[in-house]
Amino acid sequence: MPAYRDRQGRPLVAVTGMGVVTSLGEGKEDNWTALTAGRSGIHTIRRFPIDGLRTTIAGTVDYIDVEPFCAPALSEEFAARAASEAIAQAGIGADFPGSLFIAVPPVEMEWPTRTALAQASGQEGAITYADLLRAAGIGDLRSWHDLFLFGTVAERIQERFGTKGSPISLSTACSSGATAIQLGVEAIRRGEAPAALCIGTDGSVQAEALIRFSLLSALSTQNDVPEKASKPFSKNRDGFVMGEGGAALVLESAEHAVARGATILGYVLGCGEKGDGFHRTRSSPDGAPIIAAIEAAIADAGVTPDAIDYVNAHGTGTPENDKMESMGLMTVLGERMKTVPISSNKSMVGHTLTAAGAVEAVFSLLAIAHGRIPPTINHEIPDPSIPLDVVPNVARDAAVGVVLSNSFGFGGQNTCLVFGAEPVA
Amino acid sequence: MSARDVVVTGAGLLTSSGIGVDAGLAALLGETAPVLDYDRFAPFPVHPACEVDFGAQIPKKSDLRQMEPWQKLGVFAAGLALDDAGLKDDASLKSAMSLIVSAGGGERDFEVDGQILTGLREAENPGAYLNERLMSDVRPTLFLAQLSNLLAGNIAIVHGVTGASRTFMGEEQAGVDAVRVAHARIRAGQADIVLVGGSFNAERPDSLMLYEMGGMLWKRPFASVWDRPAQGGGFILGSGGAFLMLEARESAQRRGARFSARVDAVAADLTRRQPGAAARSLESLWSAVAPGPDALVVSGATGARERTFEERAALDRLAPGARILATQDAFGHLMEGQFPAGIALAAALIARGEAPEAVVTSVGHQRGEGLVRLSRADQGAE
Repeated sequence: MPAYRDRQGRPLVAVTGMGVVTSLGEGKEDNWTALTAGRSGIHTIRRFPIDGLRTTIAGTVDYIDVEPFCAPALSEEFAARAASEAIAQAGIGADFPGSLFIAVPPVEMEWPTRTALAQASGQEGAITYADLLRAAGIGDLRSWHDLFLFGTVAERIQERFGTKGSPISLSTACSSGATAIQLGVEAIRRGEAPAALCIGTDGSVQAEALIRFSLLSALSTQNDVPEKASKPFSKNRDGFVMGEGGAALVLESAEHAVARGATILGYVLGCGEKGDGFHRTRSSPDGAPIIAAIEAAIADAGVTPDAIDYVNAHGTGTPENDKMESMGLMTVLGERMKTVPISSNKSMVGHTLTAAGAVEAVFSLLAIAHGRIPPTINHEIPDPSIPLDVVPNVARDAAVGVVLSNSFGFGGQNTCLVFGAEPVA
Repeated sequence: MSARDVVVTGAGLLTSSGIGVDAGLAALLGETAPVLDYDRFAPFPVHPACEVDFGAQIPKKSDLRQMEPWQKLGVFAAGLALDDAGLKDDASLKSAMSLIVSAGGGERDFEVDGQILTGLREAENPGAYLNERLMSDVRPTLFLAQLSNLLAGNIAIVHGVTGASRTFMGEEQAGVDAVRVAHARIRAGQADIVLVGGSFNAERPDSLMLYEMGGMLWKRPFASVWDRPAQGGGFILGSGGAFLMLEARESAQRRGARFSARVDAVAADLTRRQPGAAARSLESLWSAVAPGPDALVVSGATGARERTFEERAALDRLAPGARILATQDAFGHLMEGQFPAGIALAAALIARGEAPEAVVTSVGHQRGEGLVRLSRADQGAE
């Protein structure tokens, strides 16, 4: 193997910096302490009134405030804090030598803005969009226009961290964070730049966002003990719990990282992806696309299924996801999967949606670094149809060399990543 | 890593000017007049989608029911591109085909929003009222018509395109980056064939509202995009969808596909928003894609005042005497779909022999710049 190339002759992609923000805290240290202690960040929602809602809990990040308080501003702030931490750790400087790939929630104008326009319209009878449209032309509302454009968060992060070229804002629903990493890996492998800043961020827990998931019956309604509600792989699991957060990874060609004396935290060995055309929210019943995505990631990494030491699960806690994920893993890893540890961070931080793939990538790499696997908490009633070692309730020391991290999303999105402590020789 | 040639083997276009690339081309060349609706959203003109039998590309009624107009327009245009590339019935190739979609978000339920805003005024507990109404009045599946990546999801469901699937967001620049990344992946051997494009529905008040807040909309009778900056500037939104089949030349040759043009180079940047920056960015991108003196220009100019003025001045310096056609003058602004639409038209112009080379421009109304150079497909590999 030529130096710093993988088996296919492509540049090896190293991770040299990571940052993370979740309901458990800001930064890798606080998050890792809480995660390995089995602490939950899920709580009763305080951010907006919960009257009349079926689900009243979430893993919102309540210790960060922004002005104006809205999803794009909050998402931008999470991204900026995670990126600051990652870039400081990488020691790569203020002039970032590569592009930005950022998974951002698909935002739109929110109720406070809509209500303000309705008031400004002066309409005293029934309000229609004609009134809002008229009001949109009154006064200088350019900052609102900018706030709710899809490309704004990326531009602001680019200005702050000096990333190069045209930043990519993306969404692949609940696999977005993994897709951001995948795009960065591909760019480095193409030799476009020696580095990439990959971010997933999501601060979109608002009443309407929660209600939309609620109306699709995707959310847990076990509100009474919030920290117990997210129960991936348990028999009594009843849906996911929305979470918020952001994570950033500095990816770098190994050659570039070594040349500048950077500490390599791990490698992104492989990425795999497969679309599913079965249904808008449900997986193909035969699990073929999930299986294909897992297989593709493992093959792209140049390893075999036997090399996987730990699976960082998508593990949302919906009846459907956990069953299909388990089935897909059993198919690809075979009987051995029954003894390969697998855990879901979502049992503690909830489902951070657009950010999840990136947040969980950071946690996967921390498991490698610490030789410790965070648990799946709230695992009290195992599901007999899921014959997996879910690292129930208590963290476990283990030598972790290779991690498979899964992300699956609405719209038939399946993206899997393989991380390693060392390159594959 | 040896770079591979990338060619256009299919295009699907649907705009106010009609269905198909030829209808778009007729409008771009001024052979047909732009189609406008001044009344529905007065004082804002829009270029409405032409009459479409969506069933021709989306046969299942159950699929149609799950989609809002922006998705139908996109899925329809994607189907046209698959047909044009001769791939509609090739299930195995489609299951490995990559998809990159440039998308915004979907329509809201305007009636429900209006009722809620009206009720909120009198509500004793506005938060509780909002929750109650949203819980009872919002159609559960509407979320799936709104999510940005569900245009790609519907293309997977309706057309069976189920390889890699990525959705880029960010207005005009999402279209530029979608094409740029598709091109780069094929050149580097990371993909053989990529369906890339986007769609936009102009006939929705929530979109008009967003751009009106930015002072971006043209509110007078139709005028050429180049004449608008002097009168304050602005764009007229257009409904439509545009998709391209980009393919490695070797893959196209292997399956005996015809191709209209070669995609030589794509360059993109996002400069800080300062006076003169868009022009400088275009100049730098122009030298990166390095067109020859006979290149035709298909401009995606939006009409936004400063940036359109800068684009035109830059083009006049970079390509003096070049023939410059503006997609905005043909069918308005398709936002995320504008750059793919420009490429579909430029490729067709090259195939017709109108020019040996073409450059398609995009200078986003708020941010982002991009250029692509296309040339005759029958020229050999670089």
